[in-house]
Amino acid sequence: MAVTLFAAIDVGSYDVEMKIYEFTARKGMKVIDQIRHRIELGKDTYNTGKIGVEKIEELARVLSDFSRIMSGYKVEAYRACATSAIREAENKALLVEYIQRMTGITIESLDNEEQHFLDYKAISFGVPGFYKIIQNGTAIVDVGSGSVQISLFDNDKLVTTQNIRIGNLRIREKIADFTRDTVHLEDMVEELINNELASFKKMYLKDREIKNLVVAGGFVNDLIKKQSVTAEEFGQMYELILHKRPQEIAKEFGVPSESASLILPSVTIYKRLIEEMGAEIIWMPGQDLSDGIAYDYAQKNKFMKTEHEFTEDIIASARNIAKRYQCNKSHIKNLENLALPIFDKIRKVSGLDARDRLLLQIAVILHGCGKYINLANGAECSYSIIIATEIIGLSMRERSIIANVVKYNTLDFNYLDVIHQPGIGQNEYLLIMKLVAILRVANAMDRSHKQKFRSVRLTLKEQELIIAVETDEDITLEKGLFPPKAEFFEEVFHIRPVIRQKRTV
Amino acid sequence: MDSEFLKPEYYRNREDSWISFDERVLSEARDKNIPLFERLKFLSITSSNLDEFFMIRVASLKDMVHAGYTKKDIAGMTASEQIEVILKRVHNLVNVQYSTYNRSILPSLKQQGLEVVAHHENLTKEQGEFVDRYFESNVYPVLTPMAMDSSRPFPLIRNKTLNIGALISKKDDKKGEREFATVQVPSVLPRFIELPKGKNGERAVILLEEVIERNIGSLFLNYDVVCAHPYRIMRNADLTIDEDEAADLLKEIQKQLKKRQWGEVIRLEVEESMDKQLLKILKKEFDIRGDDVFQISGPLDLTFLMKLYGMEGFDHLKTPHYIPQPVPALMDKTDIFEAIREKDILLHHPYMTFDPVVNFVKQAAKDPDVLAIKQTLYRVSGNSPIIAALAQAAENGKQVSVLVELKARFDEENNIVWAKMLEKAGCHVIYGLVGLKTHCKITLVVRREEDGIRRYVHLGTGNYNDSTAKLYTDCGLLTCAEAIGEDATAVFNMLSGYSEPKNWNKLALAPIWLRGRFAELIQRETEHARKGEEARIIAKMNSLCDRDIIALLYEASAAGVKIDLIVRGICCLKTGIPGISENITVRSIVGNFLEHARIFYFHNNGIPEIYMGSADWMPRNLDKRVEILFPVEQEELKEELQKILEIQLEDNVKAHILQPDGSYEKIDKRGKTLICAQDYFCEEAKERVRKPEDPVRDRVFIPEEHVEEN
Repeated sequence: MAVTLFAAIDVGSYDVEMKIYEFTARKGMKVIDQIRHRIELGKDTYNTGKIGVEKIEELARVLSDFSRIMSGYKVEAYRACATSAIREAENKALLVEYIQRMTGITIESLDNEEQHFLDYKAISFGVPGFYKIIQNGTAIVDVGSGSVQISLFDNDKLVTTQNIRIGNLRIREKIADFTRDTVHLEDMVEELINNELASFKKMYLKDREIKNLVVAGGFVNDLIKKQSVTAEEFGQMYELILHKRPQEIAKEFGVPSESASLILPSVTIYKRLIEEMGAEIIWMPGQDLSDGIAYDYAQKNKFMKTEHEFTEDIIASARNIAKRYQCNKSHIKNLENLALPIFDKIRKVSGLDARDRLLLQIAVILHGCGKYINLANGAECSYSIIIATEIIGLSMRERSIIANVVKYNTLDFNYLDVIHQPGIGQNEYLLIMKLVAILRVANAMDRSHKQKFRSVRLTLKEQELIIAVETDEDITLEKGLFPPKAEFFEEVFHIRPVIRQKRTV
Repeated sequence: MDSEFLKPEYYRNREDSWISFDERVLSEARDKNIPLFERLKFLSITSSNLDEFFMIRVASLKDMVHAGYTKKDIAGMTASEQIEVILKRVHNLVNVQYSTYNRSILPSLKQQGLEVVAHHENLTKEQGEFVDRYFESNVYPVLTPMAMDSSRPFPLIRNKTLNIGALISKKDDKKGEREFATVQVPSVLPRFIELPKGKNGERAVILLEEVIERNIGSLFLNYDVVCAHPYRIMRNADLTIDEDEAADLLKEIQKQLKKRQWGEVIRLEVEESMDKQLLKILKKEFDIRGDDVFQISGPLDLTFLMKLYGMEGFDHLKTPHYIPQPVPALMDKTDIFEAIREKDILLHHPYMTFDPVVNFVKQAAKDPDVLAIKQTLYRVSGNSPIIAALAQAAENGKQVSVLVELKARFDEENNIVWAKMLEKAGCHVIYGLVGLKTHCKITLVVRREEDGIRRYVHLGTGNYNDSTAKLYTDCGLLTCAEAIGEDATAVFNMLSGYSEPKNWNKLALAPIWLRGRFAELIQRETEHARKGEEARIIAKMNSLCDRDIIALLYEASAAGVKIDLIVRGICCLKTGIPGISENITVRSIVGNFLEHARIFYFHNNGIPEIYMGSADWMPRNLDKRVEILFPVEQEELKEELQKILEIQLEDNVKAHILQPDGSYEKIDKRGKTLICAQDYFCEEAKERVRKPEDPVRDRVFIPEEHVEEN
């Protein structure tokens, strides 16, 4: 690689931005052009549920121009991602198709989790010493236009990530109706926030000690041009801007004037969170979604080495969820040791890839979570829990796949049920079936949850997958339940799993 | 700002100051040390300057009066007060113009063997026959005489055209009733006609209006022509476009161009000897009186002198053409990009050639590694090689973005034509931002190189116009500094209507950031002076009339900052006000080349900073235009610029010093080595080319003695 140019487009709620990145061996990643156009798509979505034709036309114009600029730079690739304004718009599909047709640019509507995973990537790549910081309790808080995303880290691991639907644009639009009735808008903003924050605090914060708060988004970087400040300094800044008009803020801090009206809502949200969490140090890395998109591209194309295995974060947060629902830890461990080797053994013939392996692993981790709710109807409950729980780094589609794998691990496979779910097409269906086949075989081998096998050796011999297990225990139960699972497996992969018991004595 | 420095009496009215500038140009026309034909040029310039002044400035003052606008100017004057003062001074100026023309220029020309025949009555018989033939075959066919009577209203007289007004009476009319008639002196024909050479080779010319007057009888066959005299009007032609309402800027300007000839008449020039009745009719029809009427003792519209300058022969009466010299840093270099990578390059036009700027674009157009070229164009020459290169680049598949400023005064028609041409060639043409004229001069070349994207930038103080670059003194910088490259990219994004960047590395842009930047730089010197440290500002520009900047300069001067200003044109700052501006000097250099560069030096307590840019210290530059101020940071180039300023401060040939009473005086040259900055730079540029390996410093140039000419 001599020079690679890449364009990241962020179709946001209040602006559309394109950054052109240059990747070189010597200088690494560098932004060489940054083009931003102000367009409040979020205003349309949050007020009317749709994005109006006028705005779509404007967006098309801007994106055509972006496309022209990209070709000017001869970029190798681009990725255009949209966030909540488009994600939540009823006419999303029409919009994406129209933009594609008019500009040639394919907008990818990111799920909330995907979006924040990219943000998180940007921060972890872009902030030197990030992994030192998250040794202590740390919250990454992204105040967006439509919602606030809070990810909690402790001991280097992601604890949870939650989305609260109070964004700066949403708040600005909400209080716009009241501007005539009160002068103390900040009180109203606080009230709106407090309401939403209370449940978060009770559920997730508990008495966790959060020392660091990492600011991601919300224009705070424009106000404080430092990498970090103390909570006290942040408070002073808040006092300073509290009674200023947006125009004054824009002028004083050199903030683009069009963003100024969003600053007070943003800063108020941060201030409240800092107070609630008792954070001491506020970090402002100044990375944005475009950076995350670029890091992701660089990582996938191996331009840049990762300091950190991001899949570990995904797995860690899945384990946290499993823990919350008191899943059987040793059963999960055992199942992972069975399912993943099977996956690896048949990988060549199965048409599955590394990402699918991760999905399988998450499915294993979460397969029993529904029992927390209802022992008899565990599968359905597991399905519901997974569908409703955000896991950073996984898309909505991926979560849906996992939920189905878990569900049909025990229930009979029903083609129509599966295919009628949103976001599930032929490909997803096939993937679900393949993962179910593996999970069922693995699960059957630890039916008793007693971890009877000391060691398992797998051999693939023509049309047979020989599972050689070493145990002195009675495995009649496992053997007895095995045939139907094996049959399904064979149906899917054209390979028949066979258990061979080796006694150690 | 301390209101102490804002008192109106500390400021001079800008129009008043402008007239002083035209007087300085006129003084060049009167300077017998200057070759005769060069003086013709200066006289011509005073005349065209005055036309523009009326059309723009006087017109807008008249608009203010009509609109009942009572706000006072920087010097505390209302619009009508200003008009009164201006007209008095302009009448005076015109008197000096024509006494120069009649008493000095005409006799000198005759002495040199060129007669300008003032009245057709003075023609010899042969000359008379010659012009009559010329009239019949060339002039008569294009004339459109128009009469006014009860059935025909007063015709439309076009702005700035020369006309002959006549009173005529019917041949059989016993009562001798007089009617008004008028005919335009055709602008398609040359303003003067050379007559056949005399016996001893002496040459003579006569003005076209005299030829028409001589034959005016043939235009009104059934009439007697009682009298005929030239006249000329100036209309309010200030082009104000409401950009917020103009759906399509381009169309609006085209519409405005057609409208322009319809404005109110704000000046009437007539021949001094004009018949009273005729004058009365004109005054009534044009609704004009008092000082707005100029009775002129000589030909109207002296701009024909510029054409006279161009007559064949008389080379010994003209300053030899200066040939712009090659740029030392670019000699023996075929690849301009390679040269820029080596070091930043300073260009000083017209002493150095403008070719590198043209080549910069030309080479970029051909270079396979160049991805994009972006440039701002304000006024370009008719057959611009830059435009050709840009079009070529677009055809070669480069991404070419050109900002075409359509709001450049009086050039719109021209600009629209080549803007369309560029679009046709595949360039991305943008027309700037609503409400803001794009005045900055910047070119960005994006190149994809081994180790990544590299950006090459040219920043200048003058327009991308290869013709005026031979006449205007301007500076430019070629650099590939990353910080400036990033800023340049952001500038073009902003000009395309995208959001401003979060911060600027090096550039300061008007209308948002520049004023504050200048204030900081001036105030920093004030602070140094207050601490007792050495503090100094040298600033060179075209005009200084911004109240806040002037107040900051007063404050700095009062604190002890030594300030030397080189301001060619308008200067609303007053020098020598006790306790306010005693530390400020102002000089104006008016020479063969039009001083046009903007250079700003700040001592900064021994770590000098030098900036250049496109902006004057005028409200319009700081508040209503997109302008760029850029630093020059390489040590060698800083020294070179510092030296340019120093030489200009030492000029005692072409410099006029502003006196506390508002007048401008030349320096007493007795006992001094003569230094003419423009000549000095010409010689220096030639010298450097002779020894290109020699660095700037460690060399003493011997200033050439000014040669006395008759």
